[in-house]
Amino acid sequence: MSINWFKYSSPQTFFPLAGKLALGFGTLALVACAVGLYLGFFVAPTDAQQGESYRIIFIHVPAAWMSMFLYVVMAFWAGMGLAFNTRLSGMMASAIAPTGALFTFIALWTGSFWGKPTWGTWWVWDARLTSELILLFLYFGFMALQAAIDDPRRADKAGAVLALVGVVNVPIIYFSVKWWNTLHQGASVSLTKAPSMAATMLTAMLIMTFGFWFYSIAAVLLRARCIMLERERGSDWVGQYARTAA
Amino acid sequence: MSWGSLDNFLAMGGYGLYVWGSYVVTLVLIVTELALLVRRKRIAIERIR
Repeated sequence: MSINWFKYSSPQTFFPLAGKLALGFGTLALVACAVGLYLGFFVAPTDAQQGESYRIIFIHVPAAWMSMFLYVVMAFWAGMGLAFNTRLSGMMASAIAPTGALFTFIALWTGSFWGKPTWGTWWVWDARLTSELILLFLYFGFMALQAAIDDPRRADKAGAVLALVGVVNVPIIYFSVKWWNTLHQGASVSLTKAPSMAATMLTAMLIMTFGFWFYSIAAVLLRARCIMLERERGSDWVGQYARTAA
Repeated sequence: MSWGSLDNFLAMGGYGLYVWGSYVVTLVLIVTELALLVRRKRIAIERIR
């Protein structure tokens, strides 16, 4: 069986597919978060050192991972748009930014609420926290720059340059706990060594990661659909869709 | 993990403020994002008509 992938590279054909995918991934996200939170709150044991405060991990780490992952995906689409001048690529990059900013804020907020009971402070200017804050400003900068330019194609190009330059911050965030002495702890989970946490804790955290990932896909696709409707306002297929949409 | 009672669950071993302060804000933000997306689509369609 062969699939013509280029068929879905135009907004007109991608729009209905994005709607179906958003519904599917949204449902998966709900299921994954329900299972993850059940495991996290009713199966995973109390932490020997941190008591119950560690349960913030089930949203903190997945949100922090998503904040970095979404930035890389945003920069990828921005780069594709810059290289191949495809309409949909710029729309995808713009659609990712607010959800990326959301997860960056959640990572910072939950980190703050975890730092207070464990470190005794809501905030410190250590390398991990500061570079994650810079990530939030990169997302905001990308959105502000795009909003400031009227012509969407030029806005895409300007945003793409910013997104690609900013991608250097992602490895800085990831390795900050190795490169500098940080108050933030090192990675609990890595590809090269066994995770330093109980199996049920790890399972709950990974399932929540999938939940946040599926949610991100759904939210980004829903936003991409809005952007398609806004930018392709004058075209026949949008007119037809608007007449039939409830 | 058995909490015994709802009060114990909400207290989170004395860390209730921090645990629920994290979870409630996360939930509110996600629901807000979805609501804004629904609103944005509605406005986009109204403008086309």
